[in-house]
Amino acid sequence: MTDVSKPANAEHAQPIVRIEQVTKTFGNVYAVDDVSLNIYPGEFFSLLGSSGCGKSTLLRMLAGFETPTHGRIYLDGQDVTDLPPYERPLNIMLQSYALFPHMTVEDNIAFGLKMEKMPKAERDERVREMLALVQIEKFAKRKPHQLSGGQRQRVALARSLAKHPKILLLDEPLGALDKKLREQTQFELVNIQERLGITFIVVTHDQEEAMTMSSRIALMRDGRIEQVDAPRRLYEYPESRFAAEFIGSINLIDGHVVKQEDDQVWVQSEQIDGLLQVRHSQPLVNDMAVTVAVRPEKIQVVPALSQGSNTVQGVIKEIAYLGDVSIYHVELPSGKRVMFTQSNIQALAEQPMTWNDSVTLTWQPNACGILVK
Amino acid sequence: MSHAKKSRFPLLMTFLVFGYAFLYGPILSLIVYSFNESRLVTVWGGWSTKWYGELLQNEQILSAAWLSLKIAAISASFAVVLGTLAAMALVRFKRFRGRSMLEIMVAAPMVMPEVIIGLSLLLLFMAMDDILGWPEGRGQTTIVLAHMTFAMAYVTVVVRSRLAHLDNSLEEAAMDLGARPLKVFFAITLPIIAPALVAGWLLAFTLSLDDLVVASFVSGPGATTLPMVVYSSVRLGVSPQINALATIIVVLVSLAVLFAGWIMVRQEKQKQRENSQ
Repeated sequence: MTDVSKPANAEHAQPIVRIEQVTKTFGNVYAVDDVSLNIYPGEFFSLLGSSGCGKSTLLRMLAGFETPTHGRIYLDGQDVTDLPPYERPLNIMLQSYALFPHMTVEDNIAFGLKMEKMPKAERDERVREMLALVQIEKFAKRKPHQLSGGQRQRVALARSLAKHPKILLLDEPLGALDKKLREQTQFELVNIQERLGITFIVVTHDQEEAMTMSSRIALMRDGRIEQVDAPRRLYEYPESRFAAEFIGSINLIDGHVVKQEDDQVWVQSEQIDGLLQVRHSQPLVNDMAVTVAVRPEKIQVVPALSQGSNTVQGVIKEIAYLGDVSIYHVELPSGKRVMFTQSNIQALAEQPMTWNDSVTLTWQPNACGILVK
Repeated sequence: MSHAKKSRFPLLMTFLVFGYAFLYGPILSLIVYSFNESRLVTVWGGWSTKWYGELLQNEQILSAAWLSLKIAAISASFAVVLGTLAAMALVRFKRFRGRSMLEIMVAAPMVMPEVIIGLSLLLLFMAMDDILGWPEGRGQTTIVLAHMTFAMAYVTVVVRSRLAHLDNSLEEAAMDLGARPLKVFFAITLPIIAPALVAGWLLAFTLSLDDLVVASFVSGPGATTLPMVVYSSVRLGVSPQINALATIIVVLVSLAVLFAGWIMVRQEKQKQRENSQ
């Protein structure tokens, strides 16, 4: 098993951000509860969770707007826990963008540079560079209220990058954009991050956004970290029911272990006739209660009368046509419902599956996982 | 439809006419009578601007006017500084010792009768003079202090509402970009709330210029403000010069109000634009 606390390409790197057992309470509410994290240089790191999970509070503690109740925060080896925001070697792009309404776009971008007393010639050069980076040269002389939402987002990004920080924090950077623009901007953000080699730490509630952009994701819940992993591993190998259900959709089948041989585990479930076979390398105890997790797209339709493990029969009860794929809900004899998706390869299939059709479904032992938690 | 319009329209017009008549009738008659030729205020004797000429010769009125403007300008400026500080404290610090006390004290001058404010300030100044030796006697300084005190309450209300609408994240963003708190205040907060400061200043200025009761209590020999001069001369028999003076003040105040209104409209428009996007 690889060490998931480090990204694959950073085996020997020193963390640029070290969060050590940080707790933040507001009254007797634990907004952030004993969180430890290492973030490495050049990462595009996402803090993912639903609202109120503590991800924004954690980001605000990194920026210095909040002080941890317990624990320490190190940036580049330096303990910054008690430093005010204006002495921290990082910048933040706030969710509201917080553009200064009385300044032009140029002046907004130049603000941080003026604060560090950069000479005017150099400053102008840097502002030009930033305007070009986010492609808003045309709007340099405008005031924020004369810009569209997407343009403001770019100004905010340019302003937070102007001081060439090593670390950039982004609080819901795409939250205020409409869907089309958001998808475009996701890739642009990744491009900019790769080009500048800056460590990005992004707070988001949108799992798709986190999956698209991040090199690693920390999934948060109730102030704690549920799982830290690369997007692919988080999707394919969720470690808990919460993680499995938070990202994408998934079928969960409760049962108990009946047999284990090498890296194969057999699980019996009251919800399903026959045994479930799962590839799982960790040793498990017989009779242990487990949940088998199968993603809908890993399930195949096979001809009736097929036998073997991981094979179930049922009746199609619901169909949702989404254009690229269709989602089918199949009811098993036990009443349990299983979801599977099929991509709509043909424009109009000759004999499409329809309501109340009986189908036989199967999946590979290595296409599903076991959740113990 | 057309029937309803017909019956509603004259009624609205009547309201409008009466409204304007009550509001502007007295002022209009005053302006008209300031151009009266006659020595008697209530008798029309033809058009003339002679009272304006005489007014400009009247040392007493002119020096009182100058004193009033000076007091209004100084007290309004101090009131803006103090009112802004009070507003900052009330908006930014959610909980501190004496918060509700401050809130009540700030609101007090607005609800307390002027006579009581004047009397209590007079007693305070006399006690201070005895114990501290300052302010020495009563005059311009004590009027400025008194006006500052009650105008500050109004400034606080105006600035506070603007501050409450100010996005906290603007200051956070400035701090994150390396600005220290004092720099944040002068570079970000102050320019954004500036329209409220201007409006507050104008309000304080007008209140001070207008005040007779409080000034009468706390002024001493040698410091006679314009309202005091007007009031005492009216008691001795009104001179048409007062009408001329009043006309000039009405014009100046109207200009100030128009200016303040223009600023607020502009501010409102900008806010709408900010919100609409």
